[in-house]
Amino acid sequence: MDFLRDLWDFLKVRKKFWLAPIILVLLLFGALIVLTSGSAIAPFIYTLF
Amino acid sequence: MAETPRTRRAILGISAFYHDSAAVLLVDGKIVAAAQEERFTRRKHDPDFPHFAARYCLAEAGLSPADLECVAFYDKPYLKFERLLETYHAFAPRGLVSFLTAMPVWIREKLFMRRMLKDELAKLGPGSPEIMFPEHHLSHASSAFFPSPFEEAAVLTIDGVGEWATTTIGHGKGGELSILRELHFPHSLGLLYSALTAWCGFKVNSGEYKLMGLAPYGIEGSERVERFRKIILDQMVDLRPDGSLLLNMDYFDYATGLTMCRADRFEAALGLPQRAGESDITQEYMDLALAIQQITEEAVFRMADTAHALTGSKNLVMAGGVALNCVANGKLLKRGPFENIWIQPAAGDAGGALGAALAAWHIGLSQPRTAHASEPGGDMMQGAYLGPVFSSGDIERTLRRFSAPAEKFADFDALCSRVSALLAGGAAVGWFQGRMEYGPRALGGRSILGDPRHGDMQKKLNLKIKYREGFRPFAPSVLEEHMAECFDLDATSPYMLLVAPVAESKRKPLPEGYWTRPMYERLYVERSELPAITHVDFSARIQSVSRATNPRYWQLIDTFRREQGCPVVVNTSFNVRGEPIVCTPADAYACFMRTEMDALVLGDWLLVKDNQPEWREEGDWRAKFELD
Repeated sequence: MDFLRDLWDFLKVRKKFWLAPIILVLLLFGALIVLTSGSAIAPFIYTLF
Repeated sequence: MAETPRTRRAILGISAFYHDSAAVLLVDGKIVAAAQEERFTRRKHDPDFPHFAARYCLAEAGLSPADLECVAFYDKPYLKFERLLETYHAFAPRGLVSFLTAMPVWIREKLFMRRMLKDELAKLGPGSPEIMFPEHHLSHASSAFFPSPFEEAAVLTIDGVGEWATTTIGHGKGGELSILRELHFPHSLGLLYSALTAWCGFKVNSGEYKLMGLAPYGIEGSERVERFRKIILDQMVDLRPDGSLLLNMDYFDYATGLTMCRADRFEAALGLPQRAGESDITQEYMDLALAIQQITEEAVFRMADTAHALTGSKNLVMAGGVALNCVANGKLLKRGPFENIWIQPAAGDAGGALGAALAAWHIGLSQPRTAHASEPGGDMMQGAYLGPVFSSGDIERTLRRFSAPAEKFADFDALCSRVSALLAGGAAVGWFQGRMEYGPRALGGRSILGDPRHGDMQKKLNLKIKYREGFRPFAPSVLEEHMAECFDLDATSPYMLLVAPVAESKRKPLPEGYWTRPMYERLYVERSELPAITHVDFSARIQSVSRATNPRYWQLIDTFRREQGCPVVVNTSFNVRGEPIVCTPADAYACFMRTEMDALVLGDWLLVKDNQPEWREEGDWRAKFELD
C-alpha cells in the first residue's frame, strides 16, 4: 500500500501521469522476472541507476 | 498505553544502494556519530545498506530504531526512476540493453525503497520511524551549508548525477536553504570528468583523484594540451558563460549504454586510444588529464561566479563529488569572488547521509540553526572525527590476540618524542588515535606518517607501503600556526580539500630541461625542502592541523617541529591500494604487518616492526582488495 500511495503522490506532484502505464507494464514484467529469475544486480559502471 | 515522549530527538541519515553507503546519527540537531559502511565490511565503496555503520551510530548514543524520530534517505527514488524512463524514452531505440539491465533492479527493489528501508531497519531492532526522502542534491547542499561556519552562504553542489540534477546553486540563510538553479542530466561536469578518467585508464568513481594527481604532469601551454582543450570544448562540451554546460551526447555512452564514452568517436576526435588500466602512462595522457582539469576548473569558476551573482554572498559552501577536486577549490579560493569557502569533508555520496539527516532536521522538522563559527574547528564537523573510537582495553586485547610486542607510554610527550625521532630517521609510522574520520580523507586518526624532507619518502610510501601507482603525490599535515611559512595559502584547510603552492622560500630551482624529462625523472627531482609532499608543479594538498579538533595529532607534529625542526609531516590514509581505511586496531595491525611500514602507534602503544612475530595469513592478502 505504501508503494501505491507513494507512486500516486509522485505522479500527481510531478504531473507525470503519462508514466503510469509504462510503470504498470514494467511491474507486470517485473512480476514475471521475480517469478522466473534469480538476483537482480546492477552492472557497475557509473551508478546511474 | 500512552507513548512515552522522547527526551532526545534523534534522526538517522542513510546513504545506500549506489556507492559509498554511510550512516549518520543526529541527536537534537548535533552530529553524534557518522561512518561509512566500507570501513566495517572492508569492501571499498560498499553500496549495501549500512547495517554496521547504522548499528555503530545507534550504539554510540545508546539508542535503538524505536528511539528515532525519523530516518532520512539521501535521494528520491521515484524522481530518479522518472529520469531513467524519460532518458530511455528520449534516446530510444538506443539504450535497450541498458534499459533491460536497469529495470529488473528497479522493479524488484528500488521502486519499493520505503519497504526495503523498513525491512533493513527492522534488522537493527524494533521500531518504525517515519522515513523522509530529501532530494540527492538537497542532501548535498544541506551537508555543505548547515554544518558550515556561516550564518549565510551561497551553496554550490556538483557531482555525477542525483535524480535529475547534476549541479545546483542555492542560498542558505539561518535554518533556510533554497535551490536557485539546477543543471540536469545528462549534462554533468562530474560525468564529463569521469568519462575522461575512464579514457585515461582509471576506474570511474575512484580514479578521478588519480586523474587530478596526473594533471600536473601535463605540460601547461603546450600545443597538445591546447589541442585537447579545443577538441573537448569545440566538439564535446558547450561550456556557457554562466557555468552551465551541454554535453554532445554523440560522444558519451553513459545515458544509454554500459560505458562512459563512445570509444570510436572519442578516439577519432582525440587521436588517442583509451588507455588500458595499469599500463604505462605516456605524456599524451598526462596532457589530456591537464586539459580536462583546466576545463573543470573553468567550469567551477563560472558556476561560482553565477552563485555569487545570484546570492551576493561573500561566503561559499560546496559539496558533491566534484567538490573533492581540491586543485579547483584552491584556485577558486585564490581567484575569488568569494572571500570564504567551506567544503563538506564528506563531499561525496557518503556525506549525503549527513545532508539528508540535516535536511530532515532543519527543513522537514523546521528546527532552527545557529552558525557554527564558535565551535572547535569553526564548524559543526568536530574535525570530521565522528567514527568509532577504541579504548585501551580494546587495543590491549588486539595486542594479546596477535601476541604483538608493544611498548606502552604513560607519558604522551615521551611517545611523541619517540615517534618524531623515528620519523626523522626515515621511518613510515602508522598512527591510530581516537575516533575514525568520516569522509574519504585520513586526517590524523587513521594515518600513515613520514618525514616530508626525505627525498625518497614519496617513492617508499607509494611502492613499499601503499602498493599504488608511483606517480601519485602525498599530502602534508602542517600545524595551523605554521601554515604561512610553508605554503602560499591564506586560509585553513582542515579537511585536506585545498591545494596551494609550496612557499617560494621552500622551493629549489628546477634543473634545465625539467619539463621535457620523462615523468618519473621529473618526479624524483628535489623541488623543495619538503620533496615528499611537493608535487611536480610545486603544489601540495594541505591539511592544516588544529589543536582544538585533534590535540594528539597536533602535539605529535609540534614535537616534530620542536625536536626535528619541521612543522610538517607526510600524511596518507592508513590502508593499501584498494583497501578501505582501517577502522579497528586489528585492521591497523594487519595493514602494518602486510606492508613495509616501520612502526605503528595504537593509542599509547608503540609497536616496532623488527620486534613483531612473523606475519602469517592464509592466501594472498592482496586478493582481498580489488584494485581501485
